[in-house]
Amino acid sequence: MTPDASSSPTTGAPSLPDSPAVPTGSAATPAGSAATPTESTATPAGPAEYERERMLQPGSQPAPPASTSAPAPTSAAGVVKRGPQVRLHQLRAFYGSAEQVKGIDLEFPANQVTAIIGPSGCGKSTMVRCINRMHEEIPGARAEGRVLLDELDLYDSSVDVIAVRRAVGMVFQKPNPFPTMSVFDNVAAGLRLTGIGRGELRPRVEAALRDAGLWDEVSDRLSEPGVGLSGGQQQRLCIARSLAVDPEVLLMDEPCSALDPIATLKIEELIAALKQRVTIVIVTHNMQQAARVADRTAFMLSGEMVEVGPTQDIFTAPSDPRTEEYVTGKFG
Amino acid sequence: MSAHGANPNRIERFAVSSRRRRTDRLARGGVLAGTLIALVPLVLVVYYLLREGLGAWSPHFFTTDPTGNTFFKSSDIGGIRSAMVGTIEMVALASAIAVPAGIGVAVWLVEYGRGHWFAQLVRFFVDVLTGVPSIVFGLFIYIVLVVGTGFAGYKGSFALALLMLPVVTRSAEVVLLLVPGALRESALALGAERWKVIFRVVLPTALSGMVTGVLLAVARAAGETAPLLFTAGATNKVNYNLSQTMNSLPVQIYTDVTSPTQSVVDRAWGAALTLVVLILILNLLARLVSRRSRLA
Repeated sequence: MTPDASSSPTTGAPSLPDSPAVPTGSAATPAGSAATPTESTATPAGPAEYERERMLQPGSQPAPPASTSAPAPTSAAGVVKRGPQVRLHQLRAFYGSAEQVKGIDLEFPANQVTAIIGPSGCGKSTMVRCINRMHEEIPGARAEGRVLLDELDLYDSSVDVIAVRRAVGMVFQKPNPFPTMSVFDNVAAGLRLTGIGRGELRPRVEAALRDAGLWDEVSDRLSEPGVGLSGGQQQRLCIARSLAVDPEVLLMDEPCSALDPIATLKIEELIAALKQRVTIVIVTHNMQQAARVADRTAFMLSGEMVEVGPTQDIFTAPSDPRTEEYVTGKFG
Repeated sequence: MSAHGANPNRIERFAVSSRRRRTDRLARGGVLAGTLIALVPLVLVVYYLLREGLGAWSPHFFTTDPTGNTFFKSSDIGGIRSAMVGTIEMVALASAIAVPAGIGVAVWLVEYGRGHWFAQLVRFFVDVLTGVPSIVFGLFIYIVLVVGTGFAGYKGSFALALLMLPVVTRSAEVVLLLVPGALRESALALGAERWKVIFRVVLPTALSGMVTGVLLAVARAAGETAPLLFTAGATNKVNYNLSQTMNSLPVQIYTDVTSPTQSVVDRAWGAALTLVVLILILNLLARLVSRRSRLA
């Protein structure tokens, strides 16, 4: 495994159906794409390329040393770590024969927050679950098309689905700490489940809890059950759990819909801070929330991408009449 | 006053009608009566067990084997040591076989076989096995293992294990289905392999429920006479070796209770009480162990 990785350091590149020319974002955003910063795609070549390697290792044994060695510092160390750009190319998702996501092209710029809005059942969650390949966990569900993490196709046959999920973390709608585990163990669960050594558990758990803005509230009750925390704390615990495994992208599927306004505010502040480090995709029913946290907003309807652009444009000057009807509350 | 007094029947409108009151009283009475009726045999069983069984208990009762000298009133009939040892050893071996196997089947059914035709088939056969009379399992082991080679404790264990398997599987399956899918999803989304999700998240969450199911199976196996009669045989002598014929509490009770000698019938009561107490102790121990796990 190790000699393989060192002898062919560019395994990632040739296996890819290289597609930088595919104008993924441009289809729906005639005006919006101009505002999209693209410098981030170029800068993280070194560390990001290094990270790419581990995704092609089916066993992914070298992952722990890779993520803790110099090129991949955590935010706690004060070094800015860049998230990757995520692009969807003709993504289609099915439940059995029903097509829920109908060929979406979309670009999530690196280190930005992209909100997905749209009425219930329009395929927002399904689309997001395709990014970390959780969609295929549902019996009978499958996805077609490509999801590109920088240049790597996550649906390539040589890609290990386990490694995809380590790189693309997810926070769910309902806070779901593991009921048998303490606060500490919940955060450590990601590390233990992914086989990261015992010695570095404690500092990494603390760093993750700090990153999730929860350390000050739980530092004296780390051994108490995670389900004993309040709803908002539980959700931040789940965010800490996701952050502990050091993802590059964070998917949030309506992370605040079960929370009160104050807990929601804390999560939103957290999102703003976390985007320094990871690329964030957030599904939300709450349009004020999209307006508050998102750099870009995408509007979906019946499995199709209607419009995507800078959040302000979507809410103040949408180019599609359906978007305008939705954001002004005429339907949905 | 005049505005609010428009409806002089205000109180009557909101009063509970006498018919509803009667129906309510009748229904409550019926349910309570049913509960009491169901309690009667339970209380009587415990009462008789204690009354008849406690008298047979003595240090001698637990430390000696049955002697077989039951003809003369004055002779020492012995205790139930060999029966206790046999039951504990045989049920332990049966559990060691049936519990991992049963939980394994349940894990496969719930975690891997969902919607699979083979899972449906397995579930159907497990249901059929649950309904098979225990003597049939004994007969099966008798034909397959005993004929030509003789009785042995481990053969009794095999029969008991067959009996326990569907009970463990069914109860574990039900509990595993109760584990929220969101927990599996969030563990998978962290990038954990499926087997780790099962061992670190699903099984610990389901532990206390599974312990209950396993205990039901153990209690059922410990009380079975039929599968042991012609697999483990019957003997008076204490025997720690599972490859020899073994005595057991149910078989001891079965042979004693038909005796014309009163002291031997008393020993059957004592053995029955011992069996119940053994299962009770096991229950309490398992509760203590599983209390550490929490299912929200």
